Amino acid sequence: MIRLEGVGKHYPGAARPAVDGIDLLIEEGRTCALIGPSGCGKTTTLRMVNRLIEPSSGRIVVAGRDVTAADPVKLRRGIGYVIQGTGLFPHLSVAGNVATVPRLLGWDRARIAARVDAMLGLVGLDPALFRDRRPASLSGGQRQRVGVARALAADPPVLLMDEPFAAVDPLERGRLQREITEILRRLRKTVILVTHDLDEAIRMGDTVAVMRDGRLVQHDRPDQVLAAPADAFVAEFLGSDRALRRLTLLTAAAACRSGERPPEGAPEVPAEASLQVALSILLGSGAEALAVVDGGPRPVGTLSLAAIRALAAGLPDPSGAVARSPPLV
Amino acid sequence: MLDLVAWLRAHPDLLLRTGGEHALLSGLSLLIAAGIGLPLGIALTRQPRLAGPVVALVNTLRTIPSLALLVIMLPLLGTGTAPSVVALVLYGLPAVLLNTMAGLGGVPSDIVDAARGQGLAPAQVLARVELPLAAPVILAGLRSAAVQIVAAATLAVFIGGGGFGELISAGMGLLDTPQLVAGALAVAAMAGAAELGFGWAERMATRRLGPTAP
Amino acid sequence: MVWAIENGDVLLEATLQHLALVGQALAISLAIALPLGILAARRPRLHGVVMALAGALYTVPALALFALLVPLMGLGQGPALVAIVSYSLLVLTRNVAVALREVPADILDAADGMGFSRGRRLLRVELPLAAPVILAGIRLTAVLQISVATVAAFIGAGGLGDLIFQGITQDHGDKVVAGAVAASLLAVAADESLRRLETRLRLATGLAG
Repeated sequence: MIRLEGVGKHYPGAARPAVDGIDLLIEEGRTCALIGPSGCGKTTTLRMVNRLIEPSSGRIVVAGRDVTAADPVKLRRGIGYVIQGTGLFPHLSVAGNVATVPRLLGWDRARIAARVDAMLGLVGLDPALFRDRRPASLSGGQRQRVGVARALAADPPVLLMDEPFAAVDPLERGRLQREITEILRRLRKTVILVTHDLDEAIRMGDTVAVMRDGRLVQHDRPDQVLAAPADAFVAEFLGSDRALRRLTLLTAAAACRSGERPPEGAPEVPAEASLQVALSILLGSGAEALAVVDGGPRPVGTLSLAAIRALAAGLPDPSGAVARSPPLV
Repeated sequence: MLDLVAWLRAHPDLLLRTGGEHALLSGLSLLIAAGIGLPLGIALTRQPRLAGPVVALVNTLRTIPSLALLVIMLPLLGTGTAPSVVALVLYGLPAVLLNTMAGLGGVPSDIVDAARGQGLAPAQVLARVELPLAAPVILAGLRSAAVQIVAAATLAVFIGGGGFGELISAGMGLLDTPQLVAGALAVAAMAGAAELGFGWAERMATRRLGPTAP
Repeated sequence: MVWAIENGDVLLEATLQHLALVGQALAISLAIALPLGILAARRPRLHGVVMALAGALYTVPALALFALLVPLMGLGQGPALVAIVSYSLLVLTRNVAVALREVPADILDAADGMGFSRGRRLLRVELPLAAPVILAGIRLTAVLQISVATVAAFIGAGGLGDLIFQGITQDHGDKVVAGAVAASLLAVAADESLRRLETRLRLATGLAG
């Protein structure tokens, strides 16, 4: 769990605070995507959590401990940190990089070696192939995987990620986002993810926190933020296509009227497909409704264009289409 | 201190003669080093295949101790001004040559491309685009060469080349401290002047390139 | 050539003396320049002052520096060491400071974020990554010192320069050439061997592509 209480950062001589009284609660095991235009203070906020930047006001509690009272160097060994360029040490092997924090913590050799292999396996890199390689010989995506493995090596309860996939090519980025999200969920890590990429925020965040000029403007589940932007700024930041984006968060199975027989000859859509995919099939075929199928003998239900339209408009969702519903601040 | 002033008062002619010799020796050597190093550097940036071996050779030349370079002239060319100048040219050449190549190599290729695309002939590209842009780095090379040559020229006395080294050598031999110190200070001042003078030229050349220049 | 063959032991002794002088000077220079460079890398204003002072010292011709030290310290190895060391500080300090400053910011950020203390970060991350550039500084300094040490014979510090000066006063061309060639070979050998070490180190730090 990470809790920020009235956290602010005011640089001497600056006209306005870089971060202005932020309250934010991230439940244990959840990922919060911190998003906003450049200069909004999101990275400053992140860096105050491991005290790479000293807060000028407020309190930050990580896993029950007030970080402002802790020794910053020791504190950081208990918080995973992943950054854009990965910051891998070029003079160390992949294994040496992953072993960094365990070594700082004084683990014994055997435990470190075992941990390194486990971590590499976790992020999808074969230890036998990658252990002894140098960062310079890795692709951007592989480097970022090593960066994540390094951050998780000492099993910190909390992870800070600053634009972790910005330097990775788009194709690999999508795969990384899915895989890493899955790993973080499984390990129940509490994560703050700073990003300027809305798709990444929606894809990886259990919640999305939108910042502007050092203030927190909105913090809610992705579908809620997309459905009901707090103000004109958030609406504009999310873009005019936010209704479409929102459809990527909902599945056909959850939005369909289950049990209802689809019309004769209706095109089929897999139950786990997103509503965006369903909409695309509807528009492409000219049909009014789809048969939602899950591989069973008969369709699960019927998904109509009208139902999708209602959901996209952010109307109350009768079927409880949103699967993820974490309690929020 | 008083001794030094007294010595300077007593020997203005000696100071003037050795100073003249030192300036002539250094100036002539720098001129020849530039006369060889600049065109050679330009030519080598056009002939990358020759550049490798020449740079390797020049790098070796650069490691040879100044005193060794001067006294090796003794059996080859004897004593006097000529062997001193030959040695000093060899000593100053690497800085001029390497900086000319580095300066021209550092000119952004898109700028050269744009100049060519607008119809400038190769010589015009060199004179109007490349050399002005490379000027600060080339001048830095001339500055190092000048300071190195002025310094090494002090050693020319050991092969009969004259200069301020004569005061130092004589002061040492006669245990005449004022003369020793006068020679040392004079040559230090000349080296400092060379450093400041070329440093100024370098700044002027950089400033002409405008605020965006490196 | 004839002289060198007939007087191999003299040549060897002079070479060893030369190496000893340079070795001492290099050790002292490193002991000063390493901490000074580390400090200068962290304080830009100090960096400016150190560079200006060291630069001014560097401009003073070697023979002049030796001559100026004679009235203060007399003759021998002591003043020779002082002159050689003060001559070397510019290149060495500058390379240490520049090398440390060139360590990429994201690597330092990552190190801080993972909980390196300042001292540990310097030792484990910054110095290893700066090593090739620092070694380049050591190479340039060693070559410079071999050259300046040749002139140091002028104030009685011995070494290969001694052969040169003796040869000149005795009008013994072979002896002059023997000393000059030996000093040159020493400088070239130092340059070449340290350059190879530098290449290996560069590969080891993984920064060179």
